[in-house]
Amino acid sequence: MKTDTEAYVIPGLAALTLVLALASLVIGPTGIGLGGGEQAWLILTEIRLPRTLLGLLVGAALGLSGAALQGYLRNPLAEPGIIGISGGAALGAVLAIHTGLAASLVIGLPLGGLIGAAGAMATVLWLAGERGGPITLILAGVAVASLTTALIALVLTLSQNPFAAVEIVYWLMGSLSDRSMTHVWLAAPPILAGLAVLARLGRDLDALTLGEEVATNLGTSLSRLRLLVVAGTALAVGAATAVSGTIGFVGLIVPHILRPLVGHMPSRLLPASALGGAALVLAADLALRIASPGGGIRLGVLTALIGTPFFVWLVVTTRRELAP
Amino acid sequence: MSILIKDARLALGARIVLDGVDIEVPPGRITAVVGPNGAGKSTLLRACAGLLPAQRGTITLTGRPLDALSRAELARAIAYLPQERAVHWPLAARAVVALGRLPHDDADPAAIDRALGAMDIAPLADRPVSQLSGGERARVLVARALAQEAPLLIADEPTAGLDPAHALALFALFERLATEGRTVIVALHDLSLAARFAHHIVLLANGRAAATGPPADVLTPRHLEPAFGVTMLCTNVAGLPIVVPISTLP
Repeated sequence: MKTDTEAYVIPGLAALTLVLALASLVIGPTGIGLGGGEQAWLILTEIRLPRTLLGLLVGAALGLSGAALQGYLRNPLAEPGIIGISGGAALGAVLAIHTGLAASLVIGLPLGGLIGAAGAMATVLWLAGERGGPITLILAGVAVASLTTALIALVLTLSQNPFAAVEIVYWLMGSLSDRSMTHVWLAAPPILAGLAVLARLGRDLDALTLGEEVATNLGTSLSRLRLLVVAGTALAVGAATAVSGTIGFVGLIVPHILRPLVGHMPSRLLPASALGGAALVLAADLALRIASPGGGIRLGVLTALIGTPFFVWLVVTTRRELAP
Repeated sequence: MSILIKDARLALGARIVLDGVDIEVPPGRITAVVGPNGAGKSTLLRACAGLLPAQRGTITLTGRPLDALSRAELARAIAYLPQERAVHWPLAARAVVALGRLPHDDADPAAIDRALGAMDIAPLADRPVSQLSGGERARVLVARALAQEAPLLIADEPTAGLDPAHALALFALFERLATEGRTVIVALHDLSLAARFAHHIVLLANGRAAATGPPADVLTPRHLEPAFGVTMLCTNVAGLPIVVPISTLP
């Protein structure tokens, strides 16, 4: 059933994302009027443009991979963190800070994050085995996620340099501030590649609605689908985490809010969630810039503050639906 | 399309379910697979659908080994309806039926409407499947398999949960598909339905095909009683064959 509202979801989200992106270019501590001169141009291109582009890319990566994972695992509580990718990226970045690589090289930090995400992906796929289903993937992901959390804590406690420890803690909270076009150039190719991989999985995720056997009967290769879901998430979310730190709950909330608006169809949820994720991250970043221009509240903290009550509400309603 | 199974061994993990099985599924006919719980009906159907490779022996689809067919070829040749009736998201009934068109990449509205009409669920088309009754949901899933419009239809217990009117209608539909030249394989517990509608019976028991052939030859106390461990009344009422279990054998 394609109702009238469903036809407006994608254009509406696209328009919302566009408006937020423009607002993100215009709004900030330094007011930029029309014809603001050279300084205004510098602020726009060197500070706000990379921040806006990263907001779009990171949000789309989180939203789309959340929708793809929820479709693949057939579980509305799944999000990119559950398969250990964000944890791996965070660990790689933390090691880059700890070893001083991040201080000596501009791309050291994101590079560490990318390597960490790739390592987490390889470990998860190896642990889950060649023929494992969604459950083994979740188990492998949870194992890798707990291990990375423990290793990050270990790095923090072993850190001799208090400034590095503070930097690690701040970085882990997630932020889009003080990023340059270098970060954009580094993160954009893997994020776009990951988005391209995930965006093509709609047909197979639709088929999976009726279970693994029917999906196979409809022509889906389950092992190929799993590989593409994990690889696409590793590229998109790994690179996003590498430049922005961990921004939680976007990948969980966005697909969940949008699902009823697209008739619960996994294929239609993919583009909607990419746009919705971009809009949510841009909106949260804008809210921070307006509410705390000094940078006191971090983006990842804000999304978690919004996300946790939502998660509780999700658990309560799921409990009610499952009650006898 | 015919299926020929030669000396096949089918296993679930380490457990061998069927061994040394030779079965022929004739084209353009309804073949009913019957047998007690755990006899391997679903396993045989999954193997015929190309979802479970044989550990030994061969399974061929009109002369071609199943494992030589590509995923796309299999998806267009065989529609498989499992016993499991999971629909993981509350899609509208029409959207579920439309999934049957995925192998054809066309979402052909005419094929979807035909399938909805055949299963008498056109009035439910816009309702989410989560709000349908068990029997209505079962008909939506049969319609999904019909929408695939494959020459071979494999259905595992398609009448489970259906009321008598819809069960009869479903078999009338299978008969029509067979006269159109399509091949139908169903696993069944209702032996009277099998006796009345199937052209060919495969009786599974104790890990092998205990008997195969026309209903009049296979659905007899001589074959059924040792297979099911139950005394059976096989008779005719008003010209229709009836098979009724009476009491468990000592």
